[in-house]
Amino acid sequence: MTLVLIIVVLLAAGILAAIAARWNAQAPRWISLAGIAIDILLAVHLFAGRSQHSQWFAEVNYDWVPAFGIHFHLAADGLSLLMLMLTFFLGIVSVLCSWTEIRENVGFFHLNVMWVLAGIASVFLAVDLFLFYFAWELMLVPMYFLIAIWGHERRVYAATKFFLFTQCSGLLMLLSILALYFMHHRATGIYTFEYSQLLGTPLSSLTELCIMLGFFVAFAVKLPMVPFHTWLPDAHTEAPTAGSVILAGLMLKTGGYGLLRFVVPLFPGAAHAFAPVAQSLAVIGIIYGAVMAFSQTDLKRIVAYTSVSHLGFVLFGIFSWNALALQGAVMTMICHGLSTGALFVLVGGLQERLHTRDIGRMGGIWTAAPRLSAATLFFSLASLGLPGLGDFVGEFLVLIGSYQVNVTLTVIASLGILASTFYALRMMQKAFFGPETHSFRIADLNPREGLMAGVMIAGLLWLGIFPRPVLKTFAPAMDTLQQYAGGLNR
Amino acid sequence: MNASNTLALLPLLLLASSCIVVMLAMAVKRSHALTAALTLIGLAGSFVSIFVAAQDAPRQVTSLLLIDSYALFYMGLIIASTAAVVVLSYSYLARRPVQREEIYLLLLLSTLGCVTLVASVHFVSFLLGLEILSVSLYAMVAYCKDAEQGVEAGIKYLILASASVAFLLMGAALIYADTGSMAFSGIARRAIGTASPILVLAGIALTVTGIGFKLGVVPFHLWTPDVYQGAPAPVTAFVATASKTAMVALLLRFLGPALHYRAVLVLFSLIAIASMCAGNFLAIRQNNVKRILAYSSIAHFGYILVAFQVGTTLAAESVAFYLVAYTVTLLVAFGIVAVLSTTEGDAGDLEDYRGLFWRRPLLAGIFTVALLSLAGIPATMGFLGKFYILAAGAASSAWLLMFFLVITSVAGLFYYLRIVMTLYASPTTDAIPTRRLSAASAVLLSGLAAVLIWFGVYSAPLLNLIHAVMSTMS
Repeated sequence: MTLVLIIVVLLAAGILAAIAARWNAQAPRWISLAGIAIDILLAVHLFAGRSQHSQWFAEVNYDWVPAFGIHFHLAADGLSLLMLMLTFFLGIVSVLCSWTEIRENVGFFHLNVMWVLAGIASVFLAVDLFLFYFAWELMLVPMYFLIAIWGHERRVYAATKFFLFTQCSGLLMLLSILALYFMHHRATGIYTFEYSQLLGTPLSSLTELCIMLGFFVAFAVKLPMVPFHTWLPDAHTEAPTAGSVILAGLMLKTGGYGLLRFVVPLFPGAAHAFAPVAQSLAVIGIIYGAVMAFSQTDLKRIVAYTSVSHLGFVLFGIFSWNALALQGAVMTMICHGLSTGALFVLVGGLQERLHTRDIGRMGGIWTAAPRLSAATLFFSLASLGLPGLGDFVGEFLVLIGSYQVNVTLTVIASLGILASTFYALRMMQKAFFGPETHSFRIADLNPREGLMAGVMIAGLLWLGIFPRPVLKTFAPAMDTLQQYAGGLNR
Repeated sequence: MNASNTLALLPLLLLASSCIVVMLAMAVKRSHALTAALTLIGLAGSFVSIFVAAQDAPRQVTSLLLIDSYALFYMGLIIASTAAVVVLSYSYLARRPVQREEIYLLLLLSTLGCVTLVASVHFVSFLLGLEILSVSLYAMVAYCKDAEQGVEAGIKYLILASASVAFLLMGAALIYADTGSMAFSGIARRAIGTASPILVLAGIALTVTGIGFKLGVVPFHLWTPDVYQGAPAPVTAFVATASKTAMVALLLRFLGPALHYRAVLVLFSLIAIASMCAGNFLAIRQNNVKRILAYSSIAHFGYILVAFQVGTTLAAESVAFYLVAYTVTLLVAFGIVAVLSTTEGDAGDLEDYRGLFWRRPLLAGIFTVALLSLAGIPATMGFLGKFYILAAGAASSAWLLMFFLVITSVAGLFYYLRIVMTLYASPTTDAIPTRRLSAASAVLLSGLAAVLIWFGVYSAPLLNLIHAVMSTMS
């Protein structure tokens, strides 16, 4: 029941926020915060009361559309729970970071934020493929509104592009889901969208590959994998800060989650055959993202391209499919959520102050706003993989794991970490150091922003120095997934 | 005619008699409200009588009409959507400088035509129903004769429809020449015989031309945008929903036995692909909401034809569900156009909708739901409709068609999003002032939008009904 409650609370808080905005402009913000806080408590409760014996910490299962064998089936294991925690944490961050940025239509804004969080939470919880697709598509609509209404200059273009890319790939996934559904019926005589029943459906290798590709494309667009990434720089750049945080921190993770949960376990054979291609594309993405980030002048675009690079590690880790690489992939997903989320918050704060994102028009901000600059430096260092911080653990584990699978690609991928040093330091150098020629009069981090940055710094330090509790939380889930896939690379 | 036949025909009889009642009432006293009320009562009575007729369905009444649950299901859909059109027409006509009462008579007549069509199993009743429908539609399309494109649209519709009926008659003649029967079952008996009876196939092709015209599928679609734009918004809603629903229902019944001819299947695949592509890609460049919806309807009937390939009960079910979803969605969409219309004309131009959300959040919200449903986004009926059709396609491995469906519906998304974007854009200062919504329209539109979401999320009751209805058919 807790699982249903988690989603209902978010949806209800969104509606309440929209209604309350009629009376008080600040009310939607507090209602949203309260809604997410309740969800955090629910998630903690779920974690505390988890059963040690079953695969799922908790699950609910209702008939939904019996005519098609569709169930409203939610279930959480360690992996989904961590993703949920990340969702709620970044949810709070995105409400806080729009505290002064969003002044128009505050109620409708928070409705959209809450509903996109609800959609993302359902994606992480759904184990019925129809329900999964339902949530997958549903989280797009509020995100679309966030970009299209509260975005920056080219918001219409960016929002439409984002929607078209994800819809197109999503429909291909729907075709694949249906194909799998009928193939499963042909083999067993049962019509079902249940994840656990569809595992191990006997398929000819060509069919398996085709169906797998449908899923893969949907997740690769979300992840994003080169060459399906072109929506990302636009969407991230044009979205309001909260939108960028949710996009980078959470929505990209749904792609990684989908690959982990569905693609490889459902189609181990095809995934194995396809692994070299996916790995190569991942490594291309790592390098390409880094190079592109290096050559951008728009601060948000730089951060957006670093996402392409980092999520390349996730893809690389997943398709290396051994214990270490998988741990690394999940760690990277979590840490990237924190570090990139924080960077978007800071960049958004900077834009609010300077009304520009062009690093050519910055320089010497450190003297004007030392705390803001120091925080940005910290998160840039985290993002470039400084040992002792979370991102390093993730990417390092991916590389150790993938080394056992493909040495050449691993060597190239590790160059990506090197390249990230260049773009991160260039960004710091051009925007924050250098001569102070503009005589900026800008406010430094206020307590609200300081709190956000502080908590995220603490989180990244914790993940970097003592990641064991987190690794332990999702380890059983990963073991189960590996059992399903039956040792992809052995 | 014995008593049970009368009972079975009750929906048709009640419709026909309410035509007469409305006509006489108008002769006695011209009153807009009274006429509309009488029409609604007639429709309600006819709707209720469906349940009476369902008691001993299926029943063959003469060789012309078959009152089975299939026919009754579509009758219910058609009558309900006509009732919605009546409600929309009432507030729409109240502010147009035209004679107001006749449109209800025409609506009742054309509904009678539609209802006859869905029960037809014979060419005679088919043509009878089609002509009753078409002749009243000509007048309805040109109803606002002072409007710019009204008369043009009416004449265009008249000429093309007459030509298409000529095709249809020729087709019927060819089929009769081969099978010696005017009943649709004649084709079924013939189909068991020789491999490809050339006369029957030619007849089917010509008949499909006639039907295709009414459905507005490529290459018979040329009238669609002009008529959609020129006709008054409630009439457009009727053309788009009730009349097309009736034609699809008839087509499925007529073609059921012919669907295992390879040539017929190929023909329908081509029409489906052409409609999906043309409809979706041509809509992208339009700037008038009614024209956009016209092109989108071409595409949507392309989607429906995809399901025809399957030729199983699953196909009939998916078509039925899609039609329900499409009808509700379009009633909402054209309902919005109708309530935003002014004394001068319909709110067709995309610019009329700029920033609607910030002025009229309820209307814009309802319109958004309809557009998302047309685009096939989950939590709306439109999504489940598309899902149903894709499921039917997947069950019969029609991958090429499904691929086209996916690609073209992404193109379709583009222009739906364009309208959505306009609704939520910052409002211009010289936007036309919108009048207060009449209570009836507000209730109707919010109710229909609620139906879209309710059945989009919890569709089991509707699916079970459709499953029960369609499984009795074959």
